[in-house]
Amino acid sequence: MHSSPIITVRALVKQFGRFAALRGVTAEFAAGGLYAILGDNGAGKTTLLRALAGLVQPTRGSILILGTTNLRAVCHELGYMAHPSLLYDEMSGMENLSYFARLYGITEDRSCAAAMTAVDLDPGLTRPVVQYSQGMRQRLSLARALLNDPEILLLDEPFSNVDAPSAAAMVSLLAQMRAAGKTIFVVTHQASLLERTADEFVWMDAGQITSRTASWGRCEST
Amino acid sequence: MKRQAEGDECRHENSMKRAFPIFAVLTAVLLSYALYEALVAAPTEQTMGNVQRIFYYHVPSAWTAFLLFFINFVCSIQYLVRRDKVADSIANWVAIVLGVAACAAAVVIRPLPSGVEPSSVATTGLAITGLYFLVKRYFSGSRTDALALVTAEVGVVFCTVVLVTGPLWARPVWGIWWTWDVRLTSTLVLWLIYISYLMLRRFSASGQTPVLAAALAIFGALDVPLVYFSIWIFRTQHPQPVIGGGGSIDPRMLHVLLINWLAFLCFAALICWSRYRLEVLQREVEEIHAMKGLQDPRSSG
Amino acid sequence: MSKPPGAVAGVIQATLAKDLRLEWRSKDAINSMLFFSLLVVVVFSFSFDPNAEESRQIAGGLVWVAFLFAAVVALGQTWARELRNQVLDAYRVSPAPANSLFLAKALGNFIFVAILELLMTPLFIMFYKLRALGPAWQLIPIAALGTWAIVVNGTFFAAMSLRTRSREIMLPLLLFPVCIPALLAMVNATTAILTGELSAKFWIVLLTTYDVVFTIACLLLFELVLHAE
Repeated sequence: MHSSPIITVRALVKQFGRFAALRGVTAEFAAGGLYAILGDNGAGKTTLLRALAGLVQPTRGSILILGTTNLRAVCHELGYMAHPSLLYDEMSGMENLSYFARLYGITEDRSCAAAMTAVDLDPGLTRPVVQYSQGMRQRLSLARALLNDPEILLLDEPFSNVDAPSAAAMVSLLAQMRAAGKTIFVVTHQASLLERTADEFVWMDAGQITSRTASWGRCEST
Repeated sequence: MKRQAEGDECRHENSMKRAFPIFAVLTAVLLSYALYEALVAAPTEQTMGNVQRIFYYHVPSAWTAFLLFFINFVCSIQYLVRRDKVADSIANWVAIVLGVAACAAAVVIRPLPSGVEPSSVATTGLAITGLYFLVKRYFSGSRTDALALVTAEVGVVFCTVVLVTGPLWARPVWGIWWTWDVRLTSTLVLWLIYISYLMLRRFSASGQTPVLAAALAIFGALDVPLVYFSIWIFRTQHPQPVIGGGGSIDPRMLHVLLINWLAFLCFAALICWSRYRLEVLQREVEEIHAMKGLQDPRSSG
Repeated sequence: MSKPPGAVAGVIQATLAKDLRLEWRSKDAINSMLFFSLLVVVVFSFSFDPNAEESRQIAGGLVWVAFLFAAVVALGQTWARELRNQVLDAYRVSPAPANSLFLAKALGNFIFVAILELLMTPLFIMFYKLRALGPAWQLIPIAALGTWAIVVNGTFFAAMSLRTRSREIMLPLLLFPVCIPALLAMVNATTAILTGELSAKFWIVLLTTYDVVFTIACLLLFELVLHAE
């Protein structure tokens, strides 16, 4: 982890009416790291991730990604995975991926097949996504986030409802991506899965970052 | 420095507060005078008799409603372009060009189409430009949206008056309740559009309301001229426009009409002012709640 | 950051192809819409006795009101699939321009509503014994322009109503007032052709103006509506 930070967040505030989801988040994240974002429900983790993805406009404060505050300009370097699958239930895996690839200007199916194989799914599957198991759906959603080979991955609860072996496979995939130089942000409730892989654990509570630790052990409890 | 700015604000607030009741009294006086003029002093019309007096309510309400909706349109545009500097300067230039072009047209184009006076063309153009920059100067940021809401609400009220007085006038005079003529129908469509605008504001989630409402206002503004032209070809049954040439109007009647228009404008300004103050105060209260939520997360939600 | 035009057309084509393919596969919406159209024609025919002389005069209005109702029900489905798994987020995060999504959806709706019209028209002709006394070929541009007028605004307002409560009622609430001049033009043009009494030329010009003005407005404003959160 060297040189200038890839993402800088300054005094980020996001309010939904009277409710303040983010109450002044300031942080710098260096490139090439795997950051686990942890905290209780309502801590603001999802809102922070969505703000980084450009889906949520901050009420105040600024976000600098790859040197610019214009997030639309760098959106091709971002991969986003959310709690809903962001997929069309009625299409098969390859059909979903080749459609989303087109949105990024990718026309060959090779990258779609490669993305599916990377998450351990068979590109030849013709079943519609609605018939997938939850774990398969999560993996396909991750594949969609990887389609455009982004520099920054923003993953919101990728391991939820996924069985242990699939989760472990996803973690090792993330480790590979990190080794390839990508910066990865994972919001999760299952921090133990990333115990050995994450570079840093970012703890959030009530809309602010309370601490950043290199190891998972937490002294104080909520 | 901050103290002084706050002191200035306070003094400004106080002078506005004192001005309001004075203005209210003046408006009441003006309205009473206008009422007297319309119902008593104005000469009785030859063919229609006393029923014609409703004209002094029908026409000024229409003009007031159109003015208010125009201000709403200006606010909507400004709300949408304020973030984009290029779009903002384009809008500024369009406003300036419109005013200049209207003046030029008034001078150069002869003869103008029937019923249109050069002075009214020039005045309308200058009014457009003037209003655009006045709104920009005095209502910026979130106040643009507050003004948009206020003018929409009050505009709908005046528009309703037009749509009620129209049939009330038409029935005794022409024997029909409604006629699909140009101006009445355009007013009806404008009323429908702004009712849907108010419903959109009510039903949308609070963060997005200003943007969606502004977009709808622009659609409405694009629609009304098209409505006007579509019906213009189709049918015309409304009496000739009395201001700006065309049908002749007795100068005494014109005088009463203008007095009533002035009274209605003052009345509209009064209502808008108090509604605007209310809206701004409500937003300030929300902001205070939001600030509290920001400082102590457990106090909100 | 602007995409080369080839890529924009690619997005439109990919989205349109996907929508058509999905519609063809599930056939939910198509089947229910076809039946709904049939019902509408039958109900109208009962309400306005097709044997009366006046029917020919009002057939233009009847047909277009029926089309409008069918179109509104179809338009309500525009974004149903995208809502299910918050797919719109995936679209917003990608570099694909918002306008491409809009055009693809509008074109898809146009094809869908056109199919409904093609099915309802012979039924109306049959029930009302319609015969065009004027230049019948003009009915094609009228139908195309009129359908586009309803569809382009309908797709835009359907996206707007996504952000509101009472989603289903907001769409007609927003669409109908704005559609009035187009409706007037469509109805009068069709009546002019059917009765052969007047020229439909002015109405066609008005429809074209309406379509151009509102297509531009939708393209300019859709990005704002899509990204309003």
